[in-house]
Amino acid sequence: MSTNKDYKWVGTSPIRPDGADKVTGKAAFGADKNLPGMLHGKILRSPYGHAKIKSIDTSAAESAPGVLAVMTSKDLPDLASEMGEAGESAVDFRDLSQNILAAGKVLYHGHAVAAVAATSPKLAKQALKLIKVEYEELPVVLEIEDAMADDAPILHENQFTPGGSQDKPSNIAGKMKLPRGDIEKGFAEADVIVEREFTTPTVHQGYIEPHAVTASMSASGHADVWCCTQGAFVVRAMTAKVLNMDVGKVKVTPSEIGGGFGAKTTVYLEPIAVKLSEMSGRPVKMVMDREEVLRATGPTSASVIKIKLGATNDGKLVAAEGTLKYGAGAYKGSPMGPGCMCVFASYEIPNFVVRGFDVVLNKPKVAAYRAPGAPMAAFAMESVMNEMAGKLDLDPIDFRLENAVKEGSVAAYGPKFPAIGFVETLKAAKEHPHYSAPLGKNQGRGVGTGFWFNIGMQSSATLNVNESGSVTLITGSADIGGSRASMALFAAEELGIDYDLITPLVSNTEEAGYCDVTGGSRTTFATGMAVVKASKNLVANMKKRAAKTWGVEVDEVLWQDGQAVPPFSSGKNPMSMAEIAASAAKTGGPLTASASLTAQGAGAGFGVHICDVEVDPETGKTDVIRYTAIQDAGKAIHPAYVEGQYQGGAAQGIGWALNEEYVYNDKGVLQNFGFLDYRMPVANDLPMIDTVIVEVPNPAHPYGVRGVGETPIVPPLAAVAEAVNNAAGVRITDLPISPPRLLAEIDAK
Amino acid sequence: MESVQYHAPQSLEEAVPLLKQARQTPSRILAGGTDLLIQMRAGVKSPEMLIDIKKIPETTGFEIGADEIRLGAAVPSAVMDESPELHQQLPGVVEGMELIGSTQVQGRATPGGNLCNASPAGDGAPAMIASSGQCVVFGPNGVRTIPVEEVCTAPGRTSLADDEFIQEFRFPTPKAGQADAYLRFIPRNEMDIAVVGVAANITVDAGGICTAAKVTLGAVGPTVVIATEVAELLVGTKLDDATLEKAAEIASGLGSPISDKRGTAEFRHRIAGVLTRRVIKIAATRAGERL
Ligand SMILES: Cc1cc2nc3c(=O)[nH]c(=O)nc-3n(C[C@H](O)[C@H](O)[C@H](O)COP(=O)(O)OP(=O)(O)OC[C@H]3O[C@@H](n4cnc5c(N)ncnc54)[C@H](O)[C@@H]3O)c2cc1C
Repeated sequence: MSTNKDYKWVGTSPIRPDGADKVTGKAAFGADKNLPGMLHGKILRSPYGHAKIKSIDTSAAESAPGVLAVMTSKDLPDLASEMGEAGESAVDFRDLSQNILAAGKVLYHGHAVAAVAATSPKLAKQALKLIKVEYEELPVVLEIEDAMADDAPILHENQFTPGGSQDKPSNIAGKMKLPRGDIEKGFAEADVIVEREFTTPTVHQGYIEPHAVTASMSASGHADVWCCTQGAFVVRAMTAKVLNMDVGKVKVTPSEIGGGFGAKTTVYLEPIAVKLSEMSGRPVKMVMDREEVLRATGPTSASVIKIKLGATNDGKLVAAEGTLKYGAGAYKGSPMGPGCMCVFASYEIPNFVVRGFDVVLNKPKVAAYRAPGAPMAAFAMESVMNEMAGKLDLDPIDFRLENAVKEGSVAAYGPKFPAIGFVETLKAAKEHPHYSAPLGKNQGRGVGTGFWFNIGMQSSATLNVNESGSVTLITGSADIGGSRASMALFAAEELGIDYDLITPLVSNTEEAGYCDVTGGSRTTFATGMAVVKASKNLVANMKKRAAKTWGVEVDEVLWQDGQAVPPFSSGKNPMSMAEIAASAAKTGGPLTASASLTAQGAGAGFGVHICDVEVDPETGKTDVIRYTAIQDAGKAIHPAYVEGQYQGGAAQGIGWALNEEYVYNDKGVLQNFGFLDYRMPVANDLPMIDTVIVEVPNPAHPYGVRGVGETPIVPPLAAVAEAVNNAAGVRITDLPISPPRLLAEIDAK
Repeated sequence: MESVQYHAPQSLEEAVPLLKQARQTPSRILAGGTDLLIQMRAGVKSPEMLIDIKKIPETTGFEIGADEIRLGAAVPSAVMDESPELHQQLPGVVEGMELIGSTQVQGRATPGGNLCNASPAGDGAPAMIASSGQCVVFGPNGVRTIPVEEVCTAPGRTSLADDEFIQEFRFPTPKAGQADAYLRFIPRNEMDIAVVGVAANITVDAGGICTAAKVTLGAVGPTVVIATEVAELLVGTKLDDATLEKAAEIASGLGSPISDKRGTAEFRHRIAGVLTRRVIKIAATRAGERL
């Protein structure tokens, strides 16, 4: 894909260091941690979608066989409402605590109410049945618009709409407005206006590995936590906060991770496991089953989004209006903010207004999911863009090229774009043979584009040189997409040694320097920057050691191909890294180098997807028959894993478009709590997803990296919907495009 | 229940004392286990004894005779799918089994297990009924033979006694001009449960006239629906488009499908009609090729 003239390692695709252990079953995941004397923790969950907890009686459970500890929210400190950083987004620690164990009220079916630790999983489960909870059932509200209504059942008596009535509590937890120019004037200039409303369902991230933790509290009050997470430091911060401990007293060791997609950046079990361990004096292991994962973790927001778009006959956008309502689940904090910032971010629009609403309802609290908030916004905006292109009789890619943001454009959310690759990506899509390939009967093609900010945040890296000259590379960034390979590639490139000589590790919170979560597509960008910086520090040190050995000035020494090269005049031979390492004891001791930074200048990512579908007009079934994902990576450090990100995001987006949705009954009970009926695409539902890596370097990164992990889930929803529109002659505005729904659309046309 | 007794009799005789014990001890027959083991893990079923029938030779082989095809009840679907002879003789019965689950599941899933799990959406039964399958039921007192449609009585229930199991299926070997077919509808392409499944067994003569027909529908009621009205309509016609349209219309009105997370009753009715039309066409084409 990408050609690579300047670098020896960066831009190649070697096998990942963790690969062999994963394919041979040796890799240890969250549920693989066992300790002597360990107990098993289980959680009692709410049977109601919304209810007052009148009383909880745990006495019978406490005296049940094998039970060593039982806890409820009473055993957690009462936290004040306080916002804190939680990975990519903010969290209210009181909400976090009450989501972990309900206090006073249960807000969704499956909300945790009590927990038990016993000598076996079976005894723990039996004890749960002995806990007596008295509930007073309350009406549930599941749909965004219903929750916004004046007479809606209220989830939180102490929550008021900002800027609204401060007497009457409301389910609207947050509002946002982003204006530019004068929309009335803008729409007056428009020759064509398209206005439509779109809905998307609640969908889950669908990681294969359920949440799992083992925790052990020492007598001295030091908690040891092993879990699967995208950010050991965020687990540490949240666990400490919820239990009112100092972060220095909590050690979190991340396991290998079987998928997270953003959702493993919060905690559900960890504080409970630590507390149960403290109460029982024994290590406690807790593993969710699939049903618990689907009922009580994740998902991402359902949305109701209205877009009005105005363009002139020659294809210039002149005005836009967007109203974006996101369901947050039981507690405030949907991705409404990023959704609003993204919705018009790809285009130059002189006049617009975006309004956002963050709405609570009786569903599990949402968690981050790849480009949180952006896929729904792009589904609406890109669908309208496609319809507008049709009305203007313009090629959809040409129409976008006409309005695309480029270097110097002021983004809809404020800043001026540095070098970005949207135009290049659009052009690559238009030139791709897929875009002009012929289609058959009942087949249709659609395009969709996507934008995501990507983020920087804090990272650290340490390099320890072994006496043989090989290197151990330590970071605290969870590896969810092959980042260990990329970290090793950066170090190999900088140090000039073989990739295989570098052992990249993800370490725990007591041994690695601080790293924020692996989220926001930041790890290859930001932790990569720390690795590059640490490598440069190490090279400087090694040059010093060589200079000392040779008795020359350090600035006379060059570093080339993994060797220190002396000035010609010295008459000395170059010293390899292995030689420098072997003599380190005599030149100043062990060779180590570290770097820590707050990475600035994360580069925005743009993607364009082309999708072909075939629709069975008699059954409403849609098959994706060809798919191409084109995206600007800035620089692909490990092109195969960049492609993997493009393909994975596209696959998840296709599932979101076609079949995935949470199905609730009117009591707020999720009906499809397993992968049989929560229909993610399986392997043979997808064609080979072709990829094109565009490389417009990010000027803020030493190798030009932009994040790539999230953008790929943004374009598919609209691309699939438009392909279906063209195949079946319908206009899809509601996801998922499941067979019954599409058949109804076909009937209605 | 802390432990489960596991027995794997090597012959029908060896099974007899175990079946007698099954009259007192809550027991289950174990074939591929792809339904049973999952139900046990989920706590839906908790037998104290498992009788694994896969070691009994009568249950694991198949034989194609001039008049009769014998199919062991515990033949894995992957084995059925790998047999060109079975495909040739009973393509619909094979289709009903070879689309179960995924490759891994197909290595285990058996027709006996599929039928006796008695799921309304089971993919195996419709074609076995359409192709006039009989079950040879073994018990301590010997064997008895019943038509496949008499096995399932309600979702999760069968007419077999606690001390019986299905040893094998028998199908009349299709005559010249006779063939079967099975189609199911799922929203995905694999690893899903039939929204509707329809099987047809059609016989045509040299003139293209349908001389015999049997059409069955799965997942539109508690047990497989035998669409006698559709069969009656087809016989004597050339299976022309108008007839098939009429057949689809009748099929759409059959059964008592429910609305649930897998589809509305209305959608199921619709799809039943579409699949009926399509599956009759496939079976008729195959039948024509066998003249
Ligand atoms: C991932 C997955 C996907 C699946 N997909 C499908 C699908 O697409 N379509 C579908 O129809 N099914 C599907 N199934 C269900 C299952 O695989 C099939 O029903 C299979 O045919 C069951 O056969 P088995 O041999 O595994 O049955 P078992 O689990 O061994 O037995 C099932 C039941 O029948 C009884 N039993 C078994 N054999 C006999 C016998 N000879 N006589 C009397 N009783 C007997 C058992 O006691 C038990 O109650 C799926 C299952 C899984 C796990």
